[in-house]
Formats: sequence, structure tokens, C-alpha cells
Amino acid sequence: MNVFGFFRRGGPGTGAGAGTAPVARERLKILLAHERSTAGKSDLVVLLRDEILAVVTKHISAKPENVHVSMQCDDAISTLTVDVEIPGPVDMLLAANG
Amino acid sequence: MAKVLVVTSGKGGVGKTTTTAALGAALAQGGQEVCVVDFDVGLRNLDLVMGAERRVVYDFVNVTQGNAKLPQALIKDKRLGTLSLLAASQTRDKDALTEKGVARVMRQLRSKFDWVICDSPAGIERGAVLAMRHADIAVIVTNPEISSVRDSDRIVGLLDSKTVKAERDEAVEKHLLLTRYDAGRAARGEMLAIDDVLEILSLPLLGVIPESQEVLRASNTGSPVTLANPASAPARAYQDAALRLNGESVAMTIPGNRRNLFGALFGRRAA
Repeated sequence: MNVFGFFRRGGPGTGAGAGTAPVARERLKILLAHERSTAGKSDLVVLLRDEILAVVTKHISAKPENVHVSMQCDDAISTLTVDVEIPGPVDMLLAANG
Repeated sequence: MAKVLVVTSGKGGVGKTTTTAALGAALAQGGQEVCVVDFDVGLRNLDLVMGAERRVVYDFVNVTQGNAKLPQALIKDKRLGTLSLLAASQTRDKDALTEKGVARVMRQLRSKFDWVICDSPAGIERGAVLAMRHADIAVIVTNPEISSVRDSDRIVGLLDSKTVKAERDEAVEKHLLLTRYDAGRAARGEMLAIDDVLEILSLPLLGVIPESQEVLRASNTGSPVTLANPASAPARAYQDAALRLNGESVAMTIPGNRRNLFGALFGRRAA
């Protein structure tokens, strides 16, 4: 039976459960292509956050913990989201600065 | 001129300590002066695999902090006069190693030995970065398995950015060592094949170590596999890898092909 089992598993794609290595190879290739292209991007988000914070606080009083910067990467398009929480109505802040 | 080699992987349990001991012993058997250094502070195991666990008095941390001199901490192997061990501390954590202290000890080791082999802890944190910091050569230990390959790719990135060589715009010489390889399973498409891993990681191949009971048998008795059973398939693969590290060109043999086929036919795992 083992002998038949061996021949039945003769190669990739020749039976159920056999030849999962090609799947592993393709998954790895796709994953690593993505990870290599985004390597160091987390540092970019930190850098953007610091500089955006500097610009924002020059004009309005926002606390550092209320500035959120995040990046979403997809195949076709990447989105940079900047979220700044400002206490009170902006009109007043602008008036105070103006 | 001494060479500093780091055995690294990112992922744990792939065979870094086994490889450090086996390559260290193989190089020392060739007559070169070799020191194996355990960077896994807090989880030391190289002493155990080398069979020197009861001989550790002073450790790497003691030397980096100046509480012991290097010669006091070096443990000479009882089987090979050219092989020494610098054990990690078991009672401290990775923060006990300082960048400055490690740099000083590595300079001293370079002046005493032909090869300094650094056994890296798993992970990509401080301990792993310190282990690779002064390396001229890196042996990246990888299993033919997706998580190991992914982590190896991450380690390549660190070798290209966090080492002294990288900061000087020089490159650390990188080699892939594929361990726990089962040629039969790879042939049947059940396991990533050597070419798959090479294509994905784009690293030169230093050797292929077959999955083998000899590795556990050797560590059970506290002996590098290259000393415990020099004629076994994993020992011969490590000996060839050591020769390649010395610049010799040795034909790459993929061990276990025949026996794995035999094993498959009779429903047994190959030795």
C-alpha cells in the first residue's frame, strides 16, 4: 500500500494533498515582493507625522497625541490619512491667530 | 586576518546553535583557531550543545562589563585544542550587552582567533542586531518552510543596514544554509525545493543539511554533529560548508536523495 501511495504522490498536482510546495512558493513570492517594496515605510509615516504636526501647531494649537497619520498600501493605490483633532471651533482659533 | 561570522535566521528553532557548533568544530578540525560565541543572553544553549555546560565560570557579559578577562572566560574544547567557547550569561537579559563592550571583546577575539563565530539569538531585536553588528560574513540558516524563508528575507535587510560594514558602505558577505532539508519530500512537491528558496532569497548557497536523526543524537550527548559522527550525512554537509567558507570549491551534493526514496517506498523516514 505504501508503494502505491508513493506512486500516487508521484509529483506536484497528481493527487489531493500532494504538491503544496508550489502554493508555498507563490505565496512567498507575492508576500516578499510586497514587504520589500514597503520596507522602511513605517519610518516614513513617523517622519510625516512629525513634520505635519510641526506645520499644524505653527498655526493652530493641537496636541501631539491628537494628530494621527496612517498609510494604507494597496496594489493600485496607496492612501495617506491625516487626522488632526482640534479643540473647539476652528473659526475662533483662526481669529485668534489672525 | 580573523574573520567574524554570524549565524543568524530571524526565526527560532531552525538550527542556528547546531550550525554554530558544527561549523565551528569543522573549521577547528582543519587546524584553524576558532571561537564560538553565544549571543543568546538569558537563553544560552551553545554551552549545552558543545558539552561544556558544567565548565562555564565566567561568561560573555562578565567580559564585556570588565568583571573578567577574556582568557578567563574562554572555555577550551576537550576534544579539539583549536576550538574555544565564550558562553552567554544565563541569569541576565539582552540589555546586559552594551554596544561598546561587545565591540571591545570582538576586537580582542579577532586578535586571538582565525574565526569568530557568533551564534545569534532568534528575533530581530537588540540581541540579534548585536550578534551581526561586527560580522564580515553571515550564514543565514533557513528551513524549507514559508515562515523561515520570510524571516530570512527580513534578516537580509538588517544585515544590509544595521552592521558596521553596512554603515561603512561595505557589504557583509551573505550565505544561505538550508537545513532540515528532505530531498524526497521536495522531489514530491511537498516541501520547498532548494531552487525555490534560492530564487526567492537570491543568496548564494553555502550548503544543504539534510533532515537527520544524527543532529538530535549529537546534541543529546553534547557534541557538535561534525565531531559526534563525522561520517554522517549532516556532518559531511557541514564539513563541505566549512571548506566553502575557506574559499575551497566543493561540488554541492544534495544528501539523502537515494535513502529518502528508499524510505518513501517502505514508508519510513530517512535517517
